[in-house]
Amino acid sequence: MIQAFNALMKRDLLLAFRHRGELANPLLFFLMIVTLFPLGVSPEVVLLRKIAPGVIWIAALLAALFSLESLFRSDFEDGALEQMLLSPQPLAVLVLAKVLAHWLVSGLPMLLMAPLLGLLLSMPDPAIAALELTLAIGTPLLSLIGAIGVALTVGLRRGGVLLTLLIMPLYIPVLIFATNAVTAAAAGMPIAGQIYFLASLLVLALTLAPLAIAAALRISVS
Amino acid sequence: MWKFLHKLASPRYFYAISGKFIPWLGWLTAVTLLIGLYFGLVKAPPDYQQGDSYRIMFIHVPAAWMSMFIYVMMALWSGINLIWNIKLADVMTVSSATLGASFTLLALVTGSLWGKPMWGAWWVWDARLTSELILLFLYLGYIALVSAIEDRRTAARAGGVLILVGVVNIPIIHYSVEWWNTLHQGPTVTKLDKPSIHLSMLIPLLIMAVSFNLYYLTVVLMRARIEVLDRERRSAWVRELFGRPE
Repeated sequence: MIQAFNALMKRDLLLAFRHRGELANPLLFFLMIVTLFPLGVSPEVVLLRKIAPGVIWIAALLAALFSLESLFRSDFEDGALEQMLLSPQPLAVLVLAKVLAHWLVSGLPMLLMAPLLGLLLSMPDPAIAALELTLAIGTPLLSLIGAIGVALTVGLRRGGVLLTLLIMPLYIPVLIFATNAVTAAAAGMPIAGQIYFLASLLVLALTLAPLAIAAALRISVS
Repeated sequence: MWKFLHKLASPRYFYAISGKFIPWLGWLTAVTLLIGLYFGLVKAPPDYQQGDSYRIMFIHVPAAWMSMFIYVMMALWSGINLIWNIKLADVMTVSSATLGASFTLLALVTGSLWGKPMWGAWWVWDARLTSELILLFLYLGYIALVSAIEDRRTAARAGGVLILVGVVNIPIIHYSVEWWNTLHQGPTVTKLDKPSIHLSMLIPLLIMAVSFNLYYLTVVLMRARIEVLDRERRSAWVRELFGRPE
């Protein structure tokens, strides 16, 4: 089981690195959305500092959604997904490997880019640290929840907008707790409560989401 | 008992039995609705603070109750469908979705109409309003998913997974929104804080709730009957009833 997990993760990482160009796209998207806000709202430092946590997190939500869309697509098209469904290994574990690999190539780079965006929006240092922490816990959560929606819409031609409709409401708790933690950190308040809550959501998603993803895949690919 | 339930789960018997129930349920709905509206709009005394405008509550509160009740029912049916693979359960889920969304919208609109004179705004980002709005999004997402998938059976099963994921998330969403609101909003708008409601108002409210439930049952059965017919249009018993389809 662990062998299958590792093999699948290696394969997905390898595939991702063979298409390096595509790796940069969600990151650019993330950067551009954040750039639009000073242009569209106001370049005033006080205001930017105030809306920065929300802006960065909403950009992260959207970037996660768009990059997730292709999570199962190529495997579905070339039949690899069906082989996974047929394999004797538990599907939930295989799915977890795919989601983890996907997070490593899409979520982790966002994590590295976030401090830069924080500087662009003139966030104070403790807020940037909190932003990093919430993104570190939050982006895997986004990947896990989003993958359920991707699995449900995998066979559909116009899955993109639909995916957004399905998944956005489920992202709301993550958004609330993460932005709240960053805002609290900027004001110099403790953020342990919000972080614990995010972490407990992550544990819940880690245990339940793979099962839901597996069930959804079995329904979609039939 | 079990035998009856098994029989009921077959589309054919369901079609026959529900056909007998619907007129009765329809009349009961009409009667309870009239009684409830009469006592609510005419007999119940005006509120000492809100005057007559509180009366929208007799629509608003039952609609809000129904919006949550229907989601839970859909989750139960989806669970039944995914576990025991009973076709009728997914017919009921699919037929309930639009009704649930309508009740949610009704609750939001009536709440908004009441909010304008009472709070001075059509919309405030109050925790309860926000979670009701998110509930509407969940319903609409479900409807969008089910209508996007061509095959009925697959659509219903995929929708079932989404509903079950949603039902796990609803408490999380609800409490996170409540928590968000209490932190963000300094001077909160006082809600219709639950005073021990007077009996003359409570009784019409409960009658209206019963009436809304009956309405839901009636309409969901009607919709389910049509859905059953549509799905079984190639089977022998439907042909017997309506002649051969083209």
